[in-house]
Amino acid sequence: MFRYILKRLQALVISLIIASLVIFAAVEIVPGDPASFMLGINAQEDTILALREQLGLNVSLWERYFTWVTGMVQGDFGTSYTYRTPVSDMIAERMVISLPLALYALTMSTLIAFPAGIIAATRRGSVADVSVMGVTQLGVAIPNFWFAMLMVVVFAINLGWFSAGGFPGWDAGFFAAMKALTLPAIALALPQASILARVMRSSLLDTLSEDYIRTARAKGLTRRQALWRHALRNALIPVLTIIGLQFAFLLAGGIIIEKVFFLPGLGQLIFQAITQRDLIVVESVVMLLVFAVILVNFAVDLAYGLADPRLRRART
Amino acid sequence: MIRTLLQSRNFTLGLILILIFALAALISFAWTPYAIDGVDIPNKLRTPAWPYVLGTDQYGRDVLSMIMVGARVSIAVALVAVGIGMVIGVPLGLAAAAKKGSFWDEVIMRGNDLVFAFPSLVIAILITAIFGASAVNAIIAIGIFNIPVFARITRGGALSLWERDYILAARVAGKTPTRISVEHILPNVMNLLIVQGTIQFSLGILAEAGLSFVGLGVQPPMPSWGRMLAESQTLIYSTPTLALFPGLAILFTVLGLNLMGDGLRDIFDPKVRKART
Repeated sequence: MFRYILKRLQALVISLIIASLVIFAAVEIVPGDPASFMLGINAQEDTILALREQLGLNVSLWERYFTWVTGMVQGDFGTSYTYRTPVSDMIAERMVISLPLALYALTMSTLIAFPAGIIAATRRGSVADVSVMGVTQLGVAIPNFWFAMLMVVVFAINLGWFSAGGFPGWDAGFFAAMKALTLPAIALALPQASILARVMRSSLLDTLSEDYIRTARAKGLTRRQALWRHALRNALIPVLTIIGLQFAFLLAGGIIIEKVFFLPGLGQLIFQAITQRDLIVVESVVMLLVFAVILVNFAVDLAYGLADPRLRRART
Repeated sequence: MIRTLLQSRNFTLGLILILIFALAALISFAWTPYAIDGVDIPNKLRTPAWPYVLGTDQYGRDVLSMIMVGARVSIAVALVAVGIGMVIGVPLGLAAAAKKGSFWDEVIMRGNDLVFAFPSLVIAILITAIFGASAVNAIIAIGIFNIPVFARITRGGALSLWERDYILAARVAGKTPTRISVEHILPNVMNLLIVQGTIQFSLGILAEAGLSFVGLGVQPPMPSWGRMLAESQTLIYSTPTLALFPGLAILFTVLGLNLMGDGLRDIFDPKVRKART
């Protein structure tokens, strides 16, 4: 097991290094000098030079890459070209919205998908199964930002149960803040829950037809006992993988949903940064999102290794 | 073959949905109910009623006409992105499988993992930040995201085929791995690729809509379903119907492709009919 972890850890570090190189190189090929961009067209030559010095742009590419990476490792993402404030502060400010939103949506999606998938698999062919399959077919096809807009029309404009957008801040109290995140979380959760319910259903159907379930029934367990003790546990492995992967996509996908609800999250930050050509912010947020995906993949790999000893030896 | 396909209810229903939108897109090259490049303020924000079947937007443009033109943008973007993914991903997958366990296999698969870590939205953000937003950049972003998907599917399918006796026979006959890959492996993974192609096609339509919605995709004045939704957002209090039809267009296109994909999978692989996901 130790060797397996070490090997995955090595892959994790290599992925992170290559990803950071790709992102850094991509942003570096952008034409134009951030310092002259910040100062406008009337800037004096020496002011530009001084600002370049201050931004740390006067050293070689490699040195800048190393400063960027070592800074990030220590939680220092550099200084925003536009606002002259630390990027890490800007990100932290937005994360308190984007991260809870992703977690909220993930919880919701899991709570809906598990029962739906289990009911559909255990009562295969029933009305319940057919409706779960039908609803999830729609759920994966619906653009979630459009679904979000429809919910705004129904629940915010017509019924007035929720506000149509904005975020009161966590100072306004936990429930007020969660209420503002509820419609966005539902919109984010719908497609994910649909995928998850389908994976749950097919995975459970697979395990239910295994020999060991027949053995369990033969030794006298009821259907329900066999389901809870044996089938469900084995069916969960692929389901957990999907949940892990979905978290990263919820974090990135939240960017679009945030726009529908005017939430000041990571999405707003990155779109602002793109229009203002605040590339250091773009660079850092993209790296953060990619880091999240790679880290979750790593965690899923580890969980897999723990759950299934065969994988520790042979993995391609 | 066609008869078997049409016997699948999923496939037929999906095909009908897709044909409707493909036809609308084709017709839009020759004719739309109204011109969409002009401004017609007296007729702005009409509710759906004859002769403006789906109403008009804030500039008085006919929504039906815009959806028809939008169909060709959506279909073109997603289709080209699938093409990019296949043209680059399939050879990579074939090569990785042919040299299983080699250094190149490792490099290709690790490279795939790396691209997988960049969701298409994130790739699009990077590309847009650097080169600016455009339909072409949206295609590239979605296309890059498709590459590892096809590489993986191809490699997975090819690996099991390499164990078969007829491949061994081909090797004994002196065929090179490249020839075997092209002549024997590729035709046999085609089914997998077609099914995955429909899925990536539908994901591409959703991705294009999302990118255009946040302003990273198709730029004005080119109409696109995602951009129509973005524009309708500010008018959602006064004219909620404006947000309805472009969304339905996306929903039905994606649904149609997914149903076709399900139908194809059932037909190609009768085993999965038992436990469909």
